[in-house]
Amino acid sequence: MNNIRTQLLICQGTSCVSNGAVEVVKAFKAALKEAKLDKEVEIITTGCMGICELGPVMVVYPDGVFYQRVTPEDTREIVQEHLLKGRVVQRLFYKKPDTGELISIMEEIDFFKLQKTIARRNCGIIDVNAIDDYIGADGFVALGKVLTEMTPQEVIEEIKKSGLRGRGGAGFPTGLKWEFAAKAPGKQKYVLCNADEGDPGAFMDRSMLEGDSYSVLEAMMIAGYAIGANQGYIYVRAEYPLAIKRLEIAIAEMRKYELLGKNILNTGFDFDVEIRIGAGAFVCGEETALIHSIEGKRGEPRPRPPFPANKGLFGLPTVLNNVETLANIPYIILHGAENFASMGTEKSKGTKVFALAGDVTNTGLIEVPIGITLREIVYNIGGGIPNNKKLRAVQIGGPSGGCIPEEHLDARIDYESLKELGAIMGSGGLVVMDEDTCMVDIARYFMNFIQDESCGKCTPCREGTRIMLDMLTKICQGKGKMEDLDVLEELAVRIQDTSLCALGQTAPNPILTTLRYFRDEYIEHIRDKKCRAGVCKSLLKFEINPEKCTGCTVCAIKCPVKAISGEKKKPHKIDQNICIKCGVCYDACRFNAIKSH
Amino acid sequence: MSKMTIVEPKASPSREKYDQLKKFIVENKDKRGYLIPALYKAQELFKYLPPEVMEFIAQEMNLSESEVFGVATFYSYFKTNPIGRHTITVCMGTACYVRGAQKILDELEKKLGIKEGETTEDMRFTLGCQPCFGSCGMAPVIMIDNHVHGRLTTNMLDAILEQYK
Repeated sequence: MNNIRTQLLICQGTSCVSNGAVEVVKAFKAALKEAKLDKEVEIITTGCMGICELGPVMVVYPDGVFYQRVTPEDTREIVQEHLLKGRVVQRLFYKKPDTGELISIMEEIDFFKLQKTIARRNCGIIDVNAIDDYIGADGFVALGKVLTEMTPQEVIEEIKKSGLRGRGGAGFPTGLKWEFAAKAPGKQKYVLCNADEGDPGAFMDRSMLEGDSYSVLEAMMIAGYAIGANQGYIYVRAEYPLAIKRLEIAIAEMRKYELLGKNILNTGFDFDVEIRIGAGAFVCGEETALIHSIEGKRGEPRPRPPFPANKGLFGLPTVLNNVETLANIPYIILHGAENFASMGTEKSKGTKVFALAGDVTNTGLIEVPIGITLREIVYNIGGGIPNNKKLRAVQIGGPSGGCIPEEHLDARIDYESLKELGAIMGSGGLVVMDEDTCMVDIARYFMNFIQDESCGKCTPCREGTRIMLDMLTKICQGKGKMEDLDVLEELAVRIQDTSLCALGQTAPNPILTTLRYFRDEYIEHIRDKKCRAGVCKSLLKFEINPEKCTGCTVCAIKCPVKAISGEKKKPHKIDQNICIKCGVCYDACRFNAIKSH
Repeated sequence: MSKMTIVEPKASPSREKYDQLKKFIVENKDKRGYLIPALYKAQELFKYLPPEVMEFIAQEMNLSESEVFGVATFYSYFKTNPIGRHTITVCMGTACYVRGAQKILDELEKKLGIKEGETTEDMRFTLGCQPCFGSCGMAPVIMIDNHVHGRLTTNMLDAILEQYK
């Protein structure tokens, strides 16, 4: 038997893999063999550690030393210096963005220190493929407890008591949903896992499935026991090939250990699970659309009632839960509802995983107690805005959400307070936007996305979002009118009220919040034909600074419409009547002589 | 009820593909709602979904042709036109958009001489956009076949495209 004295935990999430994490593992294996340490040092290929900006990342245990941006070429030095001689490799340490201070221990880095991992408790720790690692981390103990010590009703009561709410966006109380399905008559019922994480900017569920799919599978079985279902489906979006692969491995391992199939743990409980892959339709994240997709149909929603808890997949009682919601379940069963409910706010219990992206220093995944402020997330954990830029807004809730300006950064994030601000918790995508962002263009961007993804079934969404998109596009082109703002607002409310599903009902949210907080920017676009962020090309004016221009003629040569004139070695000039504002000259100029404003 | 066309694939290299597709459908006939996996299998074998393949699926799965066409044309992953050997998908998700995805798309269109949604004449690349692959931590991102390339700048594109013949 090998005497393992050190473990190298190396992240194998999609981000780190794209940056060479698989090659890093290979290189370590070779370096360890060379140093004759391969019997004493173990490599653990873990799921996402969360700090995607700095990948490939790894942790050396038991020291707890954290290395970032590790390349295959670094592995030999780490083995020779750190593992053999006990001399840590400082150049690979985390560097604090404001002070430049180097921090060696993972737990001392703010990004990790300020988090509380419940759903992500195993991500970055257990080996992604090893069921034994999951079992070693109390895996399936919750399932065992539920099957041998609790009745289905007791399980439901515990989840209700925890206050867990759906983490996919709607925030519906999970225990209540299970109770409805449990009470619905019928022998055949289903448990569905919604892994169709379509919100742009959100990757919490992907990381969860890549790093700890066992938690999700265990939770589905607990849900099955609670409601009386013995069949589950996981609907994963096609854009997540690695998550699908890891799920397939996990399911195969569970079958080998007889943790799926008939008579699980000798309790008479049967449960099996099937993966169904999406095909690129955002609307299939909506409950009834997802169900139709599994049924082999077009992913179009339908009116409710009847609710899926009574009439869902194939017309039978069905519970659909988001990946992150499910990941919390084993923890609640093991540690108790009160423990979970001790975190969070009065009406929003527990923790939430956020995907921090956009103009922020530390992009990645974080899990924090609900009730934390946006300021703490963006600055303390996220490390602030890079390049000394100012914050413009934080977009939260994806295309169904809203843009929160600087003045509300100290609001506590929970389901209720975000609603008051005009946004929603959503799935957890948090996109930070700096001063170079045009908020009108952002509203247009989201409306464009919604228009593309609208299934087309109901008129308010299909036609209404087209009209709103056209109006926003005109405003971005400097062709808007002041009356457009009133029409947009009225249309937005109508579409909210009359669309068939949440896609249409929440589509106007980005417009409504940007009108609420950034109205002056809309007015500038319309009245002054000005885009202060310099994003809306039609409103830009490109001008050559005669003092900086060297007359090198590069811009004139590259201009596709011959709008630039001037003699060699003399300052050039752009004819504004011909200029199409493509920006080619701006990109080509090596002397910073062209200004856009 | 109108007479349905019976599709009899001619004996040809594609005959084997039809046989494999039929085998897949038969093996999974007890799984409910299995049309989307069948379409995926067909696309894997034929590289896209020509009308005759969709008619074949309708026939083998006892569905109407309009239902199969309706499902295939609903989902963006199913291609009803021939596609290139490699598919480049530019992520236009919020994080990537904010970090310059439009520039990446513009540059790719210029380099390949095609617009979004089109395929190069030599059938090497098909260029498309998707809202988000969930790799926001490395924005901006493109996916080529199943590989994600992140932290992109326009001057990295030539070297990346070189890897895909």
